[in-house]
Amino acid sequence: MSSYHLDHLQHLETEAIHIMREVAGEFERPALLFSGGKDSICLLRLAEKAFRPSELPLPLLNVDTGHHFPELNEFRDRRAAQLGAKLIVRTVEDAIARGIATPAPGEVSRNRLQIPTLLAAIEEFQFDCCIGGARRDEEKARAKERFFSFRDSFGQWDPKNQRPEIWNLYNGRLNPGENMRVFPLSNWTEMDVWEYIQRERLEVPSIYFSHQRRCVRRGGQWLPVSDLVPPKPSEEVRDLVVRVRTIGDIISTGCVESPATTVADIITEIAAARVTERGSRADDKASEAAMEDRKKAGYF
Amino acid sequence: MSHSATSPRPVDILRFNTCGSVDDGKSTLIGRLLYDSKSLMEDQIEALERSADITGGGQINLANLTDGLRAEREQGITIDVAYRYFATPRRKFIIADTPGHVQYTRNMVTGASSANLSIILVDARLGVIEQSRRHTAIAALLRIPHLVVAINKMDLVGWSEARFLEIRAQFEAFLPRLDIKDVKFIPLSALNGDNVVEPSPHTPWYAGPTLLGHLETVHIASDFNLTGFRLPVQWVNRPNSPTDAALHDFRGFSGQIAGGIVRTGQKLLAFPAGIVTTVKQIWTYDGVVDEAFCPQSVTLVLEHDIDISRGSMLVALDHLPGSSCDLQAEVCWMHTRPLQVGKKYFLKHTTHTVQVVVTELIDKLNMSTLDSEPAPAALAVNDIGEIKLRAARPLVFDGYATNRLTGSFILIEPGTNATVAAGMLRAPHDEFKPETADYVI
Repeated sequence: MSSYHLDHLQHLETEAIHIMREVAGEFERPALLFSGGKDSICLLRLAEKAFRPSELPLPLLNVDTGHHFPELNEFRDRRAAQLGAKLIVRTVEDAIARGIATPAPGEVSRNRLQIPTLLAAIEEFQFDCCIGGARRDEEKARAKERFFSFRDSFGQWDPKNQRPEIWNLYNGRLNPGENMRVFPLSNWTEMDVWEYIQRERLEVPSIYFSHQRRCVRRGGQWLPVSDLVPPKPSEEVRDLVVRVRTIGDIISTGCVESPATTVADIITEIAAARVTERGSRADDKASEAAMEDRKKAGYF
Repeated sequence: MSHSATSPRPVDILRFNTCGSVDDGKSTLIGRLLYDSKSLMEDQIEALERSADITGGGQINLANLTDGLRAEREQGITIDVAYRYFATPRRKFIIADTPGHVQYTRNMVTGASSANLSIILVDARLGVIEQSRRHTAIAALLRIPHLVVAINKMDLVGWSEARFLEIRAQFEAFLPRLDIKDVKFIPLSALNGDNVVEPSPHTPWYAGPTLLGHLETVHIASDFNLTGFRLPVQWVNRPNSPTDAALHDFRGFSGQIAGGIVRTGQKLLAFPAGIVTTVKQIWTYDGVVDEAFCPQSVTLVLEHDIDISRGSMLVALDHLPGSSCDLQAEVCWMHTRPLQVGKKYFLKHTTHTVQVVVTELIDKLNMSTLDSEPAPAALAVNDIGEIKLRAARPLVFDGYATNRLTGSFILIEPGTNATVAAGMLRAPHDEFKPETADYVI
């Protein structure tokens, strides 16, 4: 093998760095969506690789549903501070209070309400581009997504009318009020993300690793017991050794029983896994087109 | 750089696309590759079974794996490029599933442009049809290094070797007119899995590899261009740190190497300034390195303080590009508003966007005959033709045949900002002559 060879992670890395720099070069006010989850942790490292030794030329933005795992928010704030990055947090709670987001009668999930909250933050800061950590392997509608995903002035995605992306030439031109979502990790899989975390020795929130947690059996999943998810008398409750594979809201993220305490353990576990990462997300199981419908409405 | 200590992981990425007509079984083939290589998870199979119950018949439809949007499932078609991922211990694979409808040729160009390999699906019952010729011509035009002709539904022609050879002969009749070097013919049945991952018992007359076997072993190491260094500057890296003196004066030029190799101390020519300078340092987040190569992303620090910004290009002195306002290119037209002579567009080439006017329509490719038809009135959506352009500022470029990254461009329509064309530049008439430049150091 020649010495001028890149392995699969190095290929994915250089592709993602190229996309980050295209964003910095073509947009006036970009932001990077950072939740503290594993995908956005990789995004931050890629931003460092793209822009150091300069400061990151874009702020971090997070939409806090109010149903986040506390470990996630703690990590989010700490990591942003370590990098000297500007972190902007906008909450669904506040969006509801200001009438920007309106829950349907009896609607507990904050998933849908993230959308108006995000769009209001984009409006407030006049962001013309948001970099997100979505991957095409996550879900069928995501598999049709471009690197540069054009959104109209309502934040909507039109899957039938996407801009063709040819070679590595991305068309970032916008009219006022329009917006771009950019996904540098499009070609990464769950395994690639963990291998990159391992190679780069990146810290991740503790809930990705095995820990003891009280869980309730609901909808075929183990949900973490919390103030938001109190067990009903009829439900089975157990203390389990679990970890989370994907982090959504605390009310909808299933825990998986796992002894994995290191990144290497997680990689071994994923290599042997027989269900997908999103198999533990109730928000995606709502219907076969659940993600497609949310994206058309402005979801990332 | 540390390396994974766990089980053997892929060492390479192969990007490929699949193309064929409606009902050639593209999505079924991809479903079969994923299913038989054990890349599908239980919840995905479960979702497939659920949709099989709804759409009736009760039989699992592997095409439902890739047809992700509601309209596609309802109409049983693929309306956009869908990307799929799987890995074997030898390679990671990125699949672009590109639709075969006539009106969606632009998506094939999108899916195929970055591919190492294209799979052209042919229905064994129908043989070569216009779509097969069109897809092969596009693959040739985009200079995809490797081609696989997958002759599918062999079970429906009784696994006939004679039929396989007949279709192969149909292809070989027009292949010499296209510039394709590596073509492999594989007889298979995607529905039943013959010769996809496992060798088929029905084709004792076929001695070649299975489709996956070929995808795992086809030689792709030389698919990137390592001759003639090119760095299109994406972003100027100026920390301007008030506290760190070393960083205060740091001025680097960040970009992804689009060709060749660069070393510390090497002399480079900076465009458009036309000034020769020297590489002082190759900076990366993981430390300073002595050399870097295509397609790595780096930041170069130079000896001289010259005017370089986004859209500039740094090139090696031994392989000089062309620099001209007059351009000739093959284009694939992607928009329903046709291409017209005299119209102005934005042209994005590497990191440089410039205004252009279309000055001449030279010819148009007839997809049925693969003949060129001179002086067409316009290029309509999905047409491929040769045009001349004049740019407001000179483009620094190579012919697409020499370098896919510095020889390609897109056209953007002002106002709508729609991407209306993919273009492949003809080689420059003359390479740039540094001695004619005004300010050579």
